[in-house]
Amino acid sequence: MNEIGLALRQIRWQNKAFWRNPAAAFFTFAFPLMFLVIFTGIFSDTQILPTGVRVKGSTYYTAGILAFAVITATYTNIANTVVAQREEGILKRVRGTPLPGWAYLVGKILHSVLVMALLVVIVLSFGRVFYSVDLPTTSAPAFVVSLLVGAAAFCALGLATTAITPNVEAAPAVTNAIMLPLLFLSGVFFPVADAPTWMRVVGNIFPVKHFLRAATEGFLPPPGNAAGWRPGDLLVVAVWGIAGLLFAARRFRWEPSK
Amino acid sequence: MRAAGRPGPSVGAVAAPAIEVTGLTKSYGPIEAVRGIDLEVATGEVFALLGPNGAGKTTTVEILEGHRHRTGGDATVLGYDPGRGELAYRQRIGIVLQETGVERFLTVAEVIDQFRSYYPHPRPRDEVIEVVGLTEKRDERVGHLSGGQQRRLDVAVGLAGDPDLLFLDEPTTGFDPNARRGAWEMVRNLKSLGKTVFLTTHYMDEAEALADRVAVIAGGVIVAEGTAESLADRQHMRTRVSFDTPGGTTPPVEAARVDGHWLIETDTPTRTLADLTSWAVGAGIELDGLHVAPPTLEDVYLALTGQPSGQPTAGETESPAGRRSRRRGRARR
Repeated sequence: MNEIGLALRQIRWQNKAFWRNPAAAFFTFAFPLMFLVIFTGIFSDTQILPTGVRVKGSTYYTAGILAFAVITATYTNIANTVVAQREEGILKRVRGTPLPGWAYLVGKILHSVLVMALLVVIVLSFGRVFYSVDLPTTSAPAFVVSLLVGAAAFCALGLATTAITPNVEAAPAVTNAIMLPLLFLSGVFFPVADAPTWMRVVGNIFPVKHFLRAATEGFLPPPGNAAGWRPGDLLVVAVWGIAGLLFAARRFRWEPSK
Repeated sequence: MRAAGRPGPSVGAVAAPAIEVTGLTKSYGPIEAVRGIDLEVATGEVFALLGPNGAGKTTTVEILEGHRHRTGGDATVLGYDPGRGELAYRQRIGIVLQETGVERFLTVAEVIDQFRSYYPHPRPRDEVIEVVGLTEKRDERVGHLSGGQQRRLDVAVGLAGDPDLLFLDEPTTGFDPNARRGAWEMVRNLKSLGKTVFLTTHYMDEAEALADRVAVIAGGVIVAEGTAESLADRQHMRTRVSFDTPGGTTPPVEAARVDGHWLIETDTPTRTLADLTSWAVGAGIELDGLHVAPPTLEDVYLALTGQPSGQPTAGETESPAGRRSRRRGRARR
């Protein structure tokens, strides 16, 4: 039996289970939109995008919330739900069947990418309808590829995070403690161009800022770069993703902690 | 009683046992959980590995399932080395772990279909659900099932791939008596399907009710092995009679003083009781706290491990009743 086929079939079950929990599904989609509305309401002045372009507040936040949506749908989602499935014994059970453990995880990751895609479409539509933001045209390929590279890297980092999360109670605390400061330091919620040097240095080390820049460049390309590619930033994101995958390969646990 | 002549589903030679284990050891750091055990389970047989908590049951069964690597010794299951975790091996076994979960938001039928999709020759869905007695719950979400029903679902998941061999790790721990009866009925159904069943339990009566053969494990070694009947005989070897006498008057029958009570261990409880009560009636004495009990599981363990019986030691040999209630109190999910 084809293992890739098995992995793809996993998506269906993940999807069923996802929509059967309407509260969780609703807030997965509502959460980024709430941030978008709140931040746009507070900071309606023009803002400078991480790519250096000055835009109106709503455009700035649509770009930031797109990045935020990708990170919550992949990193946060994988890091929390895989720990829950590990602690409930689901992963261990799957490992005793002919379905390879990795195929199960691939199915799960692909499903989270589908959720992410839907979320991106929702945020873009919301921005278009309520804030009249421009949608990417010439830079659409760069935009999509940047989101996918980010999604892959943040899924890998989510898997890596499960290895340092001892139990399901600790999972939200661990993911929030890692991700929230990075979101702020990286300019997702407000510009960091004038932030203290140390903040910018720290932001440059981690992948969130680079991902935000690559995605924003594709979303709203600056005059000099109509295609919207930022290969250097994408490379940093990809390196983080590979590092996360290597760490997960060594330290990932399939069994519940006793 | 070996399963001689019973048609087995194994594709191997007729005489090949389903499970063959020699000199199996497993250490966790300095701790030796399994200290050299030999086992042989015939195809089509229901085999019980019986032992108290911490005896090495789960370690042993998880080695055979491929969930753990052994430290030493040989293990062959259905002709495979379980330590290599081959796909072909996992296609032929079913595993019911001690504690497992499934997606709470899927229905019983969906969960079975999900797991069926992993196997080349799955068993029909509704048949699997019927074997475990969940037909009425087939469209119920897993999260809405009772603890006992979830355990049945665990077994159904183990059966989804129509395995030749099913591992059941403590299938009824935490069950109320009614649910246990139901689970026993289910295991008997499995046997009638021709499956080889390897189950672990710490309940003597469960092993007795279900298994063709039983091995008793204690401290990581097999201390007794045989048919359920022969072990049951051992269980009935000595009945314990305990009582108090006013002022501690010494009874005329030979009795030991244990914890401020009189204790008699006897192979002939009827006679012992007759002697004792006729003496008491004759002397006009009321035997307070008169209690007649067949040996408990730990008495059998203690007898089998060669320790003196009559004075259970604390901790390691906690009573089955206490253990049962503690485990029942623990949330399974």
